[in-house]
Amino acid sequence: MTTVIENNQKNDRLEVGTPLLEVKDLHVEFHTRDGIAKAVNGVNYSVAAGETLAVLGESGSGKSVTAQTIMGILDMPPGKVTQGQILFRGQDMLTMGNEERRKIRGQKIAMIFQDALSALNPVLSVGYQLGEMFRVHQGASKKEAKEKAIELMDRVRIPAARQRVNDYPHQFSGGMRQRIMIAMALSLQPDLIIADEPTTALDVTVQAQVMDLLAELQAEYNMGLILITHDLGVVADVADKIAVMYAGRIVETAPVHELYANPAHPYTKGLLRSIPRLDQKGQELYAIKGLPPNLLKVPAGCAFNPRCDVATDLCRTEIPALHHVTDKDGKELTGRRSACHLWKETLHG
Amino acid sequence: MPDLTEKKTSGDIPAQRTADAPAPKQEKARSLGSDAWHDLRRKPIFVISALLILLLVVIAIAPGLFTSVDPRAGDLRNHYLTKPNYGSFFQADWFGYDLQGRSIYARVIYGARASVVVGICVTAGVTILGGITGMLAGYFGGWIDTIISRVTDIFFGIPLLLGALVILNAFTERTIWSVVFALVALGWTQMTRVMRGSVITVKQADFVTAAKALGAGTTRILFKHILPNAIAPVIVVATIALGGYIATEATLSFLGIGLQDPTISWGIDINSAQKVIRTAPFALFFPAGMLSLTVLAFIMLGDAVRDALDPKLR
Amino acid sequence: MGRFVARRLLQMIPVFLGTTALIFFMVHLLPGDPLAALWGDKAPDPVQLAALKHQQGLDQPLLQQYLSYMGNLLTGDFGTSLDGRPVLDKITDALPVTVRLALFAFAIEIVVGIAIGLFSGLRRGKLFDKGTLVLTLLLIAIPVPVLGFVVQTVFGQNLKWVTPTVQDSNDITQLVLPAVVLGSLSLAYVARLTRTSIAENIKADYVRTAVAKGLPRRKVIGTHLLRNSMIPVVTYLGTDLGNLMAGAIVTEGIFNVQGVGHALYQAINMKEGATVSGFVAFLVLVYLAAGLIVDLLYAVLDPRIRYA
Repeated sequence: MTTVIENNQKNDRLEVGTPLLEVKDLHVEFHTRDGIAKAVNGVNYSVAAGETLAVLGESGSGKSVTAQTIMGILDMPPGKVTQGQILFRGQDMLTMGNEERRKIRGQKIAMIFQDALSALNPVLSVGYQLGEMFRVHQGASKKEAKEKAIELMDRVRIPAARQRVNDYPHQFSGGMRQRIMIAMALSLQPDLIIADEPTTALDVTVQAQVMDLLAELQAEYNMGLILITHDLGVVADVADKIAVMYAGRIVETAPVHELYANPAHPYTKGLLRSIPRLDQKGQELYAIKGLPPNLLKVPAGCAFNPRCDVATDLCRTEIPALHHVTDKDGKELTGRRSACHLWKETLHG
Repeated sequence: MPDLTEKKTSGDIPAQRTADAPAPKQEKARSLGSDAWHDLRRKPIFVISALLILLLVVIAIAPGLFTSVDPRAGDLRNHYLTKPNYGSFFQADWFGYDLQGRSIYARVIYGARASVVVGICVTAGVTILGGITGMLAGYFGGWIDTIISRVTDIFFGIPLLLGALVILNAFTERTIWSVVFALVALGWTQMTRVMRGSVITVKQADFVTAAKALGAGTTRILFKHILPNAIAPVIVVATIALGGYIATEATLSFLGIGLQDPTISWGIDINSAQKVIRTAPFALFFPAGMLSLTVLAFIMLGDAVRDALDPKLR
Repeated sequence: MGRFVARRLLQMIPVFLGTTALIFFMVHLLPGDPLAALWGDKAPDPVQLAALKHQQGLDQPLLQQYLSYMGNLLTGDFGTSLDGRPVLDKITDALPVTVRLALFAFAIEIVVGIAIGLFSGLRRGKLFDKGTLVLTLLLIAIPVPVLGFVVQTVFGQNLKWVTPTVQDSNDITQLVLPAVVLGSLSLAYVARLTRTSIAENIKADYVRTAVAKGLPRRKVIGTHLLRNSMIPVVTYLGTDLGNLMAGAIVTEGIFNVQGVGHALYQAINMKEGATVSGFVAFLVLVYLAAGLIVDLLYAVLDPRIRYA
């Protein structure tokens, strides 16, 4: 069962905590009929080996665009990276040649997509699609590739893998399909996995199983994981740290439990307040007022100001920097930052 | 296009609920129809083809406006295959004379009527017949659908031109209307399929369920809710097919089984000109050119309409 | 797969019955009288006409006529032409040439059409793509007879690359020009369809997955994109065989290819109604059979159909 893993055992596996990926001041634009949409405006984040970073945000916050840019699968055009660096183990992937970049994809960085039904090729058997990784990157024969595909399917606990290896994606259930996606991403034991809403398309009961599997395999192989989601519930259990995105910027970063306990940005606060809780039964559920901004016409100042309950004139004119956050005694809180002019009031008030 | 940065993301957290409501560009929202029209007016292809078609229709209605020459009057003695005189605009000898000494220019002008009438009438016929059957099959389903669909399958087994050969073979005297009859009789199932598919899609839409829940009657649902939303693909297919029907009529007439003298048709003229293609290529060139231009105009129009009505292809 | 084939064969039975019945009724219920054509433009002699009708069973009830017609079709009897030869003989004489021509045209439209469509789909909006759109539009707009004569005049008479008409229908090199003309319309459709399909599928999630897997570009396109994009093209190719057969009538007539289309063209000009109907019935059967083959190919390409 573990032969795939043993065969692939790489000697260059990193120690826990070694920085894997650093996104530095990334800017991405989309050129559309109606104008230029600034989807990502100076995003910074990093992931280390064995670490899980959750990127949280609504539709249009730029979280998926950032991930696609890292992966090199952004549609260009209309997309365009205008500024920034993406360092993978110290090397800037944006300046790499195509072939060099391709070799990183799938082998070093792999991606799990939201909707496995559309992300898997409908006309090829899952065995072929899994085996393709070994055939392309390792030159395995057809037969070897199939054996490895079966091992992988076993590894992600798909029952009767040997019988089902020639089946097609539409013949599997949603949860099983997502397991196949995970198997595909893990096949070459990459250093980093980017999971873009991996459980959104699944039933709630299956969601937990898939997340557990992912977390278990991540720990086992000591991989970095970027978990992109809009679901605060998913994040709490698995993530080490969180980056909250809004309108193409990171508005708050924090270790996961600190963020839940004590948010430093009104937007995060709003998100947390709008989670339904059992002890609030019968009360009206909180909702952030208004709509996320149109990326073609982002409001001046802080992009969140029209929806913010505490916004001041400063918020309407000046874009807040991502401030370091301190506790009440003025001691800096490690890993905590907030892009709010009023972070002190939000955090301590 | 507010959602261009993210793929499908359903709302799980309540803040998202508000966020998922129709996005901020509402002040600009237009219906598909007016949006399409807005797009079309700006497309040179659409403008050119529409003007061409307008001109053709005028020629078909009032050929006398363009020539005073009788297209059927031949002068074999003086004009047998006389070469064109390109300088004499709109005159009898502009495009030369054919095998029977008739003015090719006049025949090209008068030939437009057959093509335009066949094209428009066949398209109207198949759209009405196919539209109704398709709507019935798509909306009611069940045995109505089964019967209509099986009949459609059968008609699809017969290629249009081959079937038309058999039908027209039965007419000893063939007019524009026998050609229209043959093409409608064989062609309507194409529209049935398009309409059926379209109605089935629309039928499942929430606004139809809502209309039903509000107690709207079948007729009202069909004509007020389903038809306006299901008609776009039919219009697209019909516009493109129109050019095809014109080409089919010309081909049939060319083969000698479509229109007959005294009807004037470009297909007939192409057929008679082929005998003298070496010595008098102009006799073939002008009817063939007009025919191609006409088909081209309708196909370009269909293309433009499709691009405008099918946002998926943008 | 076996079940799919069986089901597809069963489905073909009603279509076969319906189509043949339709042809039969078109021949027998429409106003014209196929036998009257024997007298040409003169009025038929009523006594002789009645005798002929009796001899050919045309005075029997329609249903009985239909049954014997079906019996004949199933035993390969497509009627007799005016010169007394069975229509089937004429068909089998001419068939090899037409099959060769049609397959040639089919090959041209598939290979060239898909290649052009693939390139323009991948370079959507670029110069090559725009050129393809214009050229295919012209090909679609120019009716086959016109295109035939233009090609014949330009390549046959002016440039003298080939003989304007085919001298020996068994010589495959002489079939190049007619095959190009015959395949051109469908080529344009195949190219456009492939282009649209590629341009649509290239945005599909599974193509993105294939890129994310680190596959080289030619594998992403060849294995993942092209195969999926071929599904609508194959559907089109099924119906296209009908166009090819109809187009063969015109093309063979223009280029003097001694095939089924040419024989049918002559039968039309000689006003031999029975022969025309016999030919059409045969071609429709070929069309149905070809449609079946295409459907099976469709199932090979798309597993969702196979297991549905």
